[in-house]
Amino acid sequence: MFKFLNPSRIYLITSKAPKYIMPLFIVVFSIGLVEALILSPEDYKQSHSVRIMYVHVPAAWITLGIFSSITILSLSGYIFKNKNFFIIAKSLAPSGLVFNIIALVTGSIWGKPTWGTWWAWDARITSMLILVLFYLMFLLAWRIYEDKEEVFKITTIITIFGIINVPIIKYSVDWWNTLHQPASINILSKSSIHSSMLLPLIIMTAAFALFSLLIFLMKYNTELIKIKNKGLDRL
Amino acid sequence: MYGRKVKFRFFFVILVLLTLILSVFLVLKALEENVVFFKSPSDVKFLGELKNKKIRIGGMVKQDSIEMSANELNFIITDFKNEINVSYSGVVPNLFSEGKGVVAEGYLKDRSFFQASKILAKHDENYMPPEVKAALEEN
Repeated sequence: MFKFLNPSRIYLITSKAPKYIMPLFIVVFSIGLVEALILSPEDYKQSHSVRIMYVHVPAAWITLGIFSSITILSLSGYIFKNKNFFIIAKSLAPSGLVFNIIALVTGSIWGKPTWGTWWAWDARITSMLILVLFYLMFLLAWRIYEDKEEVFKITTIITIFGIINVPIIKYSVDWWNTLHQPASINILSKSSIHSSMLLPLIIMTAAFALFSLLIFLMKYNTELIKIKNKGLDRL
Repeated sequence: MYGRKVKFRFFFVILVLLTLILSVFLVLKALEENVVFFKSPSDVKFLGELKNKKIRIGGMVKQDSIEMSANELNFIITDFKNEINVSYSGVVPNLFSEGKGVVAEGYLKDRSFFQASKILAKHDENYMPPEVKAALEEN
């Protein structure tokens, strides 16, 4: 099953991929920005500050997606004793952390004119802050521990604790009274966001996903080169 | 297929996850009182005893209830079952208006009167351009 996970074979693909993803990202991001900042309408209630949402919501989605991926990868790495999964998880984490911080900062910037406060200790915002701490722990563990086996164990434990927080983030707005509004986009029922505002949201999400992929590939390639330099044939 | 060890590790992970989910669920259930950001007027009605502690009350600003005087603002927070009179002096957020969500922070004087020290506007999940809103209101 994992015979394709030979580092030099992976490297052949991953070293070329950024060349194609970079221009794609630039195009999608430019369209997204024009759509979000110029073409999309202002909101009936919050007027232009709605535009912060086109950064805030995609960033939040991506960071949750990346943390879930990291957890699945770490757990699979542990179950199947495959080191490559851990390396992929490690390379994904930095962009997850960056988007987590972006989501918190843009939320704060939006909160001041809308709610009247920069920060509130409500369930959604607090659980999002806890996610930052889990990302930091995950990344620090890679820095602190020299022994690979030890790193794999510790990061797996961090993700298994952290993943409990992800559904809490998602459903905090439904389970408890929060200052943060409930989700506007529902897959099963009708969304409470107008289609003209949904379009930039989707394009920006695609742009952020491409950006994460780009950063991931750069990080991952570095890891692969490190392994190559050690003269190891396999991970 | 996979070896015995792989299977054991898989079930071990599932077991750890279930244990963690259950314990976190129980902890959050026990702490619910503190996890909620605000209480509704109905919660206040059924509150055991009134403590002189800072709390938050949230709900809708009742239609035609805002009264402004020189240095005081009075309005009613409702959850469409129960209501609370709120008194406040200070600046309010731009989005504070009748029929919209609000969270007031302050002290309960009695079960129907609240002295607020801070007002936050709560935004709902509806996003639409002004034209669409106008069209909706016409219908």
